[in-house]
Amino acid sequence: MADQTLPIGGILDITPERQERLTLLEWLHGWVVTVDHKRLGVLYVVYGLFFLLVGGAEVLAIRVQLAKPGNHFLSPETYNEFFTMHGTTMVFLVGMTIVFGFANYLVPLMIGARDMAFPRLNAFSFWLTAFGGLLLYYSFIGGFGLYGMGSAPDVMWWAYAPLTEKAFSPGHATDYWALSLIVMGFGTLGTAINVLATAFCMRCRGMTLLRMPLFVWLMVVVSGLTLITITPLTAAQVMLTIDRYLGGHFFDTQAGGSAVVWAHFFWIFGHPEVYVLVMPAFGIANEIIPVFSRKAIFGYPAMVAASVGIAFVSLGVWAHHMFTIGMTSVGNTFFVLSTMMVGIPTGIKIFNWLATIWGGKIQFRVPMMFCLAFLFQFLIAGLTGIMLSVAPWDWQLHNSYFVIAHFHYMLVGAIVFNIFAGIYYWFPKVTGKMLSETLGKWHFWLFFIGFHVTFDTMHFVGFMGMPRSIYTYEANRGWNTLNMIISIGAFIQGIAVLVFAWNMVRSLRNGKEAGNDPWDAWTLEWAVPSPPPEYNFATDPEVHSRRPLWDLKHPDDPDWKYE
Amino acid sequence: MKATFREYGARAAGLSLLLLVLVAGAWAQGPQTTPSIFAPASTPAKSIFGLSMFVLSITGGIFVVVGGLLAFALIRFRERKDDDESEPPQIYGSVQVELAWTVVPILIVVVLFLTTARIIFAIQDAPKPQDALDVTVVGHQFWWEFRYPKLGIVTANELHVPVSTPGDPEPTYLHLLSADVDHSFWVPQLAGKTDLIPNHPNETWIEPQQTGLYYGQCAQFCGIEHAKMLLRVYVDSPAQFAAWVKDQQQPGVQDPQAAAGRQIFETHACTNCHTIRGTAAVGSFGPDLTHLASRATLASGATLNTPEDLYAWIKDPDAVKPGSLMPAMQLSDEEIRELVAYLDTLH
Repeated sequence: MADQTLPIGGILDITPERQERLTLLEWLHGWVVTVDHKRLGVLYVVYGLFFLLVGGAEVLAIRVQLAKPGNHFLSPETYNEFFTMHGTTMVFLVGMTIVFGFANYLVPLMIGARDMAFPRLNAFSFWLTAFGGLLLYYSFIGGFGLYGMGSAPDVMWWAYAPLTEKAFSPGHATDYWALSLIVMGFGTLGTAINVLATAFCMRCRGMTLLRMPLFVWLMVVVSGLTLITITPLTAAQVMLTIDRYLGGHFFDTQAGGSAVVWAHFFWIFGHPEVYVLVMPAFGIANEIIPVFSRKAIFGYPAMVAASVGIAFVSLGVWAHHMFTIGMTSVGNTFFVLSTMMVGIPTGIKIFNWLATIWGGKIQFRVPMMFCLAFLFQFLIAGLTGIMLSVAPWDWQLHNSYFVIAHFHYMLVGAIVFNIFAGIYYWFPKVTGKMLSETLGKWHFWLFFIGFHVTFDTMHFVGFMGMPRSIYTYEANRGWNTLNMIISIGAFIQGIAVLVFAWNMVRSLRNGKEAGNDPWDAWTLEWAVPSPPPEYNFATDPEVHSRRPLWDLKHPDDPDWKYE
Repeated sequence: MKATFREYGARAAGLSLLLLVLVAGAWAQGPQTTPSIFAPASTPAKSIFGLSMFVLSITGGIFVVVGGLLAFALIRFRERKDDDESEPPQIYGSVQVELAWTVVPILIVVVLFLTTARIIFAIQDAPKPQDALDVTVVGHQFWWEFRYPKLGIVTANELHVPVSTPGDPEPTYLHLLSADVDHSFWVPQLAGKTDLIPNHPNETWIEPQQTGLYYGQCAQFCGIEHAKMLLRVYVDSPAQFAAWVKDQQQPGVQDPQAAAGRQIFETHACTNCHTIRGTAAVGSFGPDLTHLASRATLASGATLNTPEDLYAWIKDPDAVKPGSLMPAMQLSDEEIRELVAYLDTLH
């Protein structure tokens, strides 16, 4: 099963790789100047994983501070910097980079192309994003802010005006935040254009739009959404910078500016951004769940339609982040309805995954375990999302720990779990080595337990009235024990991530050889060697269904008879 | 995979137990030190609580059904040890089935939406009774200013409102303003939160039905000391409230024994930021101190209002509440002692 060769029109190139030892400098130079979509994909993911460790370290410090009331582990200044940086890092430097890293690596391989449509733009986008992130972190040493040398942004990741105005945030910390988001935004736009052009123009023979793997479909939807939503974010950052340096008054309330306008600009970006992050995670699940259930995805057209539907509806729900900001009752009611409507296509997705598993033969390998945990957690995250969409209840839950629990269920329970699933699934393709299943199971169970200890508990401390972004709390509020439990869970997750890092390092050195197709899968990337050669396919492949490798493995019962 | 199943079972049991405890809290009457949203003591908080229980039962039902189906599928359709390595039958979809499970969520959304809309209008557009108490709340970095325009009272951080009884309903309407950045007024047992935004006046209302002390705090990040922008609401009986109003309407007490302290206050920069009615101090950047000694806490709840704490606070505000906008006045220990003696007379 592992090493069969599959004759898709001369797809396999059997010329042995040139064996040549590179000096460190040559090796490094090769990575820096590369325009190969696979290398850029790896760069994105490695960059994202590095910042996952950084953002994780920040949050562990936060959890030590909150483990008991009145703690002095972090000063209020540092605490506020850490949670601002944690949020900004995880969304822009971890989520976005890993998601687009997967897209870079997989989209051309899955549609039978040799590279992205614009390889140089691709490299440019990566380096813009990378330097944008470094600019953000340089603020720790260069951000001479309100509290002296070396202050990072401390205005929360949504940076509500007018706290970001010069009057309340002197120094340059906020400028680092705004500028780095502008720079990273342009990088993201470049990648989004690239993905769209690649998916629309570079498909191999026979790969109609409705034969594209669902991962590619979701990246198309996400890229379209990115083009629309990064724009208001960048516009808002430009306006903020004008306010701070050119005497503008867009958000300067003391001169008649509007704080509410900032909130609208930010959330018309910020809400679709959640879908930009979570839909690639759906894409990963759409590839992994069928393979390990040994069944075709149930209702492919409905899955595509639901993804496009979610993207459209998600553009009209942003003000549900602003139910407490003082909108009219009619305004609130509108956003309740639009938000609840997201639940319909989302429900369709969950049912279709369930139907895919139904009647299959589920193999509990590590990628599948992460995906199954994702299904449960995504179900809960969706249901708490419905609770938050109920505006009156949101007046209570907004900005409480319940909200933190809800969106971490989405960002960790759905996205990070699926990113881990994706890494376990495609690591063999990228490196030619299998990740260890034993360490993988340790990683899974530790992370799963830690995740639930932390984030299940957060729902309750939110019900008990604990607001977010506070560096300490009163001892008599009844929040002490639960906060200690949350902190313990955070450290269990930290240990799990270390196990994962160790697994990657160890498996890279002496992991089991993967072969072309270790999972007996069905999409085109498994037809090429692991790791794939620079040009991917020796000759252009041709496909006749959504699962070209299924057709090859089952010539008696190919998919194209049924689609 | 049985372990996963058991794991989820144990979790579900643990969660429902905790939930029970929380919901039980709702039956406990009156103010609590844990400001749980499930222990409502005021009309808007109560209607939100009713709605939240309805939504929780629907979403809980969905979780049990869908989660149960998932768990069942994981066990029933797992790969067996004696598997013959054949592929299971391939099913590509079914329009009928998919239509069916699209209709059910639509129906649920319709029900949830209509219920929610009713409560939104009931709370947000509730007609304001003639004799409702008006309070203007002004958010500051990092404290609360309360003004009672009809009663001529200005105070800080500790809001006093009358209890509302069926015989004499008396809601309090809060007009929410901000002097600097965004804040949010949140006392979970009394009402949902509403933001205080500069240039964007908001309104909310409470109608507490039990007397006592309710805790809340700022719920919108507003800067370095956001965590110590605590909030107390004292719900008084009609007699208590009348007495409190009468007391607060007086100018600051002028006790000749504390004249030295008063002189220090009036001849230092204290007066730039603070008001004590009846003296030369008319600053408005910091809290009104006319009746400081009638308040239980200092610095928006950061510390208690005892002579020792007041001394420490004046000596070095940054040590008590780092980042607080009150400067250390560089007074001698003797001067601070006299100042504390004076401030403690301001009942």
